[in-house]
Amino acid sequence: MSKKYEYVPEPALVKGNHDFSSITALVTDINMRPTPKLWYVAFGISNLLLFVLLFSIAYLIWEGTGIWGLNQPVGWGWAIINFVWWVGIGHAGTLISAILFLFRQGWRTAINRFAEAMTIFAVMCAGIFPAIHVGRIWVIYWVFPIPNSMAMWPNFNSPLLWDVFAVSTYFTVSLLFWYVGLVPDLATIRDRIKSKAGKIIYGIGALGWRGSNRHWWNYEKSYMILAGLATPLVLSVHTIVSFDFAVSIIPGWHTTIFPPYFVAGAVFSGFAMVLTLMIICRKIYKLEDIMTVDHIEKMNLIILVTGSMVGFAYIMEFFIAWYGQVEYEKAIFIIRATGPYAWAYWIMIACNVLSPQFFWSKKLRRNVTFTFIISIVVNIGMWFERFVITVTSLSTDYLPSSWGYYSPTMWDILTYIGTFGLFFTFFLLFLRFLPMVAVAELKGVMPQADPHNYNEDGEYVEPTVEVPEPKKISTE
Amino acid sequence: MSTIKSDIYGVLAECKNPKQLIDVAQLVNNSGYKKFDTFSPFPIHGMDKAMSLKKSKLGWIVFGHGLLGLIGGFSMIYYMMVIDYPLNIGGKPLFNLPAWIPVMFELTILLSAFGAVFGMFYLNGLPKLNHPLFTSDNFKKATDDGFFICIESEDPQFDSEKVQKLLKNAGAENIEEVYDL
Repeated sequence: MSKKYEYVPEPALVKGNHDFSSITALVTDINMRPTPKLWYVAFGISNLLLFVLLFSIAYLIWEGTGIWGLNQPVGWGWAIINFVWWVGIGHAGTLISAILFLFRQGWRTAINRFAEAMTIFAVMCAGIFPAIHVGRIWVIYWVFPIPNSMAMWPNFNSPLLWDVFAVSTYFTVSLLFWYVGLVPDLATIRDRIKSKAGKIIYGIGALGWRGSNRHWWNYEKSYMILAGLATPLVLSVHTIVSFDFAVSIIPGWHTTIFPPYFVAGAVFSGFAMVLTLMIICRKIYKLEDIMTVDHIEKMNLIILVTGSMVGFAYIMEFFIAWYGQVEYEKAIFIIRATGPYAWAYWIMIACNVLSPQFFWSKKLRRNVTFTFIISIVVNIGMWFERFVITVTSLSTDYLPSSWGYYSPTMWDILTYIGTFGLFFTFFLLFLRFLPMVAVAELKGVMPQADPHNYNEDGEYVEPTVEVPEPKKISTE
Repeated sequence: MSTIKSDIYGVLAECKNPKQLIDVAQLVNNSGYKKFDTFSPFPIHGMDKAMSLKKSKLGWIVFGHGLLGLIGGFSMIYYMMVIDYPLNIGGKPLFNLPAWIPVMFELTILLSAFGAVFGMFYLNGLPKLNHPLFTSDNFKKATDDGFFICIESEDPQFDSEKVQKLLKNAGAENIEEVYDL
């Protein structure tokens, strides 16, 4: 019997014939070139949507939450759906920057800056919704433990308060993590940019970074500790978001599967969003050498895994509803799949459970156009997941006399669309003014960066992998 | 007019690649120099050994901050929920630790992260927007594809000519004196 042994090498992280300076030029020249016309067009559209958001919020504050489609008992509608959706999207950035860093996944360096920026802007969009949902936004400071004239404190037993702490901590830590990564790259632009104003602005941002190895020594430690802190943080944030639901006694919400199920869903939708943005940007900014098809394939694998986890959770919820033998719990799940919102439920199943299964095929997960379509489908599906969870459970509560059908109003829709304006306004500013790839980190994972890949004379030699000969097993 | 020549800060030299930088750093270290530093666009593996860098103290800073967040968070909640504004919720105990864990956890992480970021900048002496090395035009490459070593005049063994010879013999290029601002 003969077997063919074949060594399959890890694909190179950077494609094409690049050295350190060409990588620097490839990424930072984008920030130093004159602004492309298309950017202005995109920025204009984003600003228009941002204006829609600001107007919707202003009208909401003026008129009150009555302008939304909320009713009794559906006291939570699109606002909470959008909040969970945006926060979930944000989680992929932290997963890429922190968890993949701890697992020593070198491929993260091509996309981490990009994904972290997405995290920060997504959390900003998310934070708007609970804030404006409180109704009397001028007393929003009540959610923080600030001494006040009423001599009262917030209730630390409430999941809604946990959420305040979780999301604000998450935003702060993500921002710090992002900035620490940016410092060496801002120094790179400082040293390359020609304009005086640019030198001053990037110079202040770079804090006087000069690439000292005594500094790198503390820096790497700091980065690793931050990754170690951000990893439990990201898991805790969506866990606490799920507690907003799970700690209540509403049927369909009061389940212990919620924390892991929410975290998996968050990573699932976040990776899809990273892919959507990345596929556009790598094309426009010609970064195909850095954000390669291998990256897309690896991300699609994560989408496949987390999508299957989400699918498993949907099945498990049904099983537990039956196994638990609570009438209300059983009823709500039957209503979800067959009741007035069945259309939303089946959109969710089709988008979240079925669509990622295409990625079992290697050909499809390496197909850029197909990936792009699926990445959008997944985010539609994840929005509907939150819609199904929130609306079905609330609209059919314990009292059948108060059952009713929930529909959003124009203002719900405009506010949601408006948050895309906020997101893309910031994202476009990021693309224009900050290096969208972590240049210093990317150089660090190139084979030329490893002193072991140099021979005695100090010349670079391509690393070779010793493939052990398969052991001959005597068959006598 | 000011004709006083300012003091020498150190001698700067450029290496071709990470490997050569490590070798030169090792040589300088073995020659007994203490006040020297290497500069590269990315951290180089093995440089800590070549330069005999001590373990970073950052871990302790972060630990202290984390502890402060945990204990501070607990004390704050205890004061607010038990001492200052006791709220009877269905006769449940006021001291309700399990429900406080999320906030205590978040505050631990938040303070630790502050410690990790600002502690790192503190240990590195940043922000420091100006530095004698920035006077060298060649040094601009240190954030692109240049690998540099600088032996500082503060070193007790420092002698500009000797140092230049040492670096030259080691194969470093573009050797120049850098002056204080």
